[in-house]
Amino acid sequence: MEQFANRKNIIGGIILLVGLIFIVRLFFLQVVNSTYKLSAESNTRRMEIVYPARGLIYDRNGILIAHNLPSYDLKIAPYELEEFDTAQLCEILNIDIQKLRDEIKRVKQNRNERFNPIIKQLSPETFGKLKERQYKYPGFYFSIRTLRKYKREIASHILGYVGEVDSNDIKRDPYYELGDYYGVTGVEYEYEKFLRGEKGRKYKLIDVHGREKGSYKDGKFDTDAVLGRNIVLTIDADLQEYGETLMKNYCGSIVAIEPNTGEVLALVSAPSYNPSLLVGREREKNYKILDSDTLEPLFNYSTQALYPPGSTFKPVNALTALQENAVSTSTTYYCDLGYYARGVKIGCHSHPSPLDLEHAIQHSCNAYFCNLFRKIIEDPDFGGVEAAYLNWRGHLVSMGFSKPLGIDLPFEKGGFIPLPSYYDRYYGSGRWKALTIISMAIGQGEVLTTPLQIANLAAIIANRGYYYTPHLVKHIERIDTIDSKFTTKHVVSIDTSYFKVVVDGMDKAVNVSGGTALIARHREIVICGKTGTAQNPHGIDHSVFMAFAPKDNPQIAVSVYVEHGEWGSSYAAPIASLMIEKYLTDTIAPYRKWIEKRMLESNLLKVE
Amino acid sequence: MRRQINILTNTDWFTVILYLFLVAFGWLNIFAVNYSPDDGSFFKLEHRYTMQLLWIMICLIMILVIFLIDSRLFSFIAYPVYGFSIFLLLVVLIIGTAIHSSKSWIMLGPVSFQPSEFAKLGTALALARYLSGYNVKITQTKHVFASLAIIAFPAFLIMIQPDFGSTIVFGALLLMLYREGLPGWILIFIVLVAVLFLAILMLTQFVVLSILGGLGIVLFSVVARKPLVFIIALLIAGAFSGSYYALSYYSVFETKNIYVLLATLGFVSIVGLFYTLIKKIKGTTLIVLAFYLSIGFTYSVDYLFHNVMKEHQRNRVNVMLGLESDPYGYEYNVRQSKIAIGSGGFAGKGFLKGTQTKFRFVPEQSTDFIFCTVGEEWGFLGSFGLVLIYASLLIRLIILAERQRSGFSRIYGYGVISILFFHFAVNIGMTIGLFPVIGIPLPFLSYGGSSLLTFTLMLFIFIRLDSTRKAYLI
Ligand SMILES: [Zn+2]
Repeated sequence: MEQFANRKNIIGGIILLVGLIFIVRLFFLQVVNSTYKLSAESNTRRMEIVYPARGLIYDRNGILIAHNLPSYDLKIAPYELEEFDTAQLCEILNIDIQKLRDEIKRVKQNRNERFNPIIKQLSPETFGKLKERQYKYPGFYFSIRTLRKYKREIASHILGYVGEVDSNDIKRDPYYELGDYYGVTGVEYEYEKFLRGEKGRKYKLIDVHGREKGSYKDGKFDTDAVLGRNIVLTIDADLQEYGETLMKNYCGSIVAIEPNTGEVLALVSAPSYNPSLLVGREREKNYKILDSDTLEPLFNYSTQALYPPGSTFKPVNALTALQENAVSTSTTYYCDLGYYARGVKIGCHSHPSPLDLEHAIQHSCNAYFCNLFRKIIEDPDFGGVEAAYLNWRGHLVSMGFSKPLGIDLPFEKGGFIPLPSYYDRYYGSGRWKALTIISMAIGQGEVLTTPLQIANLAAIIANRGYYYTPHLVKHIERIDTIDSKFTTKHVVSIDTSYFKVVVDGMDKAVNVSGGTALIARHREIVICGKTGTAQNPHGIDHSVFMAFAPKDNPQIAVSVYVEHGEWGSSYAAPIASLMIEKYLTDTIAPYRKWIEKRMLESNLLKVE
Repeated sequence: MRRQINILTNTDWFTVILYLFLVAFGWLNIFAVNYSPDDGSFFKLEHRYTMQLLWIMICLIMILVIFLIDSRLFSFIAYPVYGFSIFLLLVVLIIGTAIHSSKSWIMLGPVSFQPSEFAKLGTALALARYLSGYNVKITQTKHVFASLAIIAFPAFLIMIQPDFGSTIVFGALLLMLYREGLPGWILIFIVLVAVLFLAILMLTQFVVLSILGGLGIVLFSVVARKPLVFIIALLIAGAFSGSYYALSYYSVFETKNIYVLLATLGFVSIVGLFYTLIKKIKGTTLIVLAFYLSIGFTYSVDYLFHNVMKEHQRNRVNVMLGLESDPYGYEYNVRQSKIAIGSGGFAGKGFLKGTQTKFRFVPEQSTDFIFCTVGEEWGFLGSFGLVLIYASLLIRLIILAERQRSGFSRIYGYGVISILFFHFAVNIGMTIGLFPVIGIPLPFLSYGGSSLLTFTLMLFIFIRLDSTRKAYLI
């Protein structure tokens, strides 16, 4: 036995110790811990999300407005990347080499980033080129999405646009995952749940290079994508397009409603923009441009702009006064170029005097309506100004004022009809009377309404006392009903019988010499209308007109606002009459062509 | 003194059977990794499994050749073989072919060969020859240096290829030197420095310092023979770092974790030093000093690496250590390897049924990561069995080595044991995540002609020496 022979035990011991450590470790790895089994499964499985095509959008006559085009996102599986011709790939993708490197680095560094495409929305040509050469770039793969494509590049404010969800949206609705699209505004937003369909999932077996090796467990866990539902709008695409053309040189809005259903036939907000601008890779860039435009093309003037209603409010006061027996149809008042009372002076233009109610509407006599308004507010039956005022306000609310009507568009404004407390704060409790707020008589002062509410008022008068909440969707595929709030008849608090005099007055305003809106007259169609001027403290007043036609069995009710158009008769009335004529006769009569020409050629945007 | 004996009856068949089993099992697993239903004809050399079968044939022929050679010859040819392997290492540096950015292959027509594998055999033989020489005592310093030189020369040539994995295999021969009388503390010292060096480059400073601190405290309490010291030290460390964090939590000041750790370690070590001085305990001062030295070493290596070295030099070191040469990222290999082994479960998924194997999730799976296939397809039973067989082989070889009468045979035997053991420990250790990924094969199982042939020659020269142990006394 030599000196160091016992060291064999130490060496043997080390070997056995290492063996023992390995066995213990293997026991924990293979028998105790079961997570590796799952990892091995998920390794060989790739979930692919199948994105359904978004529902198509049609107009009321079945004309296709919005459909979809396939778009391809380029993604990478970082562990499957092999060396490839970077320069060639960058050339195909038309991007900087450094940018590609950065993107790859980003995905490599963060596992969660790998579902984020490195390039979004490749053009079909780029996709074609890349698909041919895909074998050259292992680790790169595509995911197919759809993007909106507009057959008719109109109605951007109605349609809204589709964007990518952010982390807040995901928190709000777990259906969404990073990279999903959803409707951000407009009908795309309101009817998102129907339009989007349901994403499908496919599980595929893959090898380490991401090559498909068949479906996982014979597709037992796969779910099919459900196509988005198609939607039929109440909009008449041709009328909408015509309205947008008429308004192209103006700032303002057109709202046209089918009175007996509340279906919106056209909803124009000007200036408008091409909806295709907010699609795809250019969306963010274009959005910034539109957003910084001082004319606010992204702003929906028809539902969000608030104006004093001006003289279009006179029929409202007339109806309220008749309902409350404050005046009768035969009540007459003198007008001496205005209304004068205890420090109050409201001017009027020259017209025959005295006038009864019908003719007061025809000539839009300010003095008449100041007298009429005083009668309403100073009605002794209520025992006080405040109670009478509240009663008057109640009639307005029943006609859809002071709160959003509930159209199926986001961000609709409700307007403003002050409560007595507002005046109490302003003038002191009990220290305000009819004369204090006399400008309400002619729709000026504190009262604010949206163009949509004025169109709805036109519909109420056309219907002689009721309305349906204006709405934009007529039909949803596979649902066959629309929200019941759009099929509920709202009867206003004014008896049908009182509408006759107002309708007649509006008829005369358009069709009888001396009326304020003779320019809107059509030889075959009896258009009833009321001009207005919305006071603008910042510059030239806005031109306002509301109308419906034909007088009997009305088919269309319209409100038109043209900012800085000054008189109702100068822009709003001709444009409204053209819309009515276009809708009812599908053409513009030769003797009225000059009106159309003048509207198309004038330009109020340059004034800005 | 010569006795005529039958070689066959004196051959250790137990070892031979273990060898044959390992080779056959290895081949099955290589087949599992590389087989694909649309491979076509089996007899095509482009298939790794066919190629490996060919190499196994060659190995069997070489075994026959070894048994036909007079066993006394091995001692005589030890130096020439060593010289030849050095020659090959020089040749490969000049005309070698680079694979994975390391110039370590000689291509001879369709056959490629790795001289670094062959050099392991040459070095084991030469070292055995040298140490079995008359009057050579490993306890003497000059002989220690001569032995280290025999090891270092080929190791250096392999390091500049660069092939870090194969280089450190030569360090395994220290185990053989230890058996022959190398003072134990030299072995421990070299191993510790090497481990520390690797740890500094592969782990974060924070982890390295934590391990050093823990180790220091354990050693301190062991040497002081007071287990309580260990607990007290932990309490002090906990209280100190805890109050540090509390202060930074209440924004008294802000600090990085590493500074908290350094301050804690400094504080604890100074307390320990005072304790040593007051109680006059022997040896513990040395531990504290060694601890300070290690921290100094840590920082100087770190400084050298990050501040003195240039970018390209740093990259070269990283490539050498196999740290950043992996295109999928450092973590990927080990993760996939552990998934493969772990998903095997108790009984395994069955031959050819491993999804990790079939879909090639582990890179280098037929060479360095062959153990993954064993773990995945044969389960805990298979991997347990393999570890058991490997350990049995090594223990059996110790028994064989110890029964040799000639110094050359015994020392050579320990050379074989050291190298096989090192490969076994590092290779399986890395696949199950106990050791950093250093690309060296699992002997007899991994795919690769050079390594299979070298290990076969190495083992069977020893078996041949053993079979005639009673016949000759050299
Ligand atoms: Zn008047």
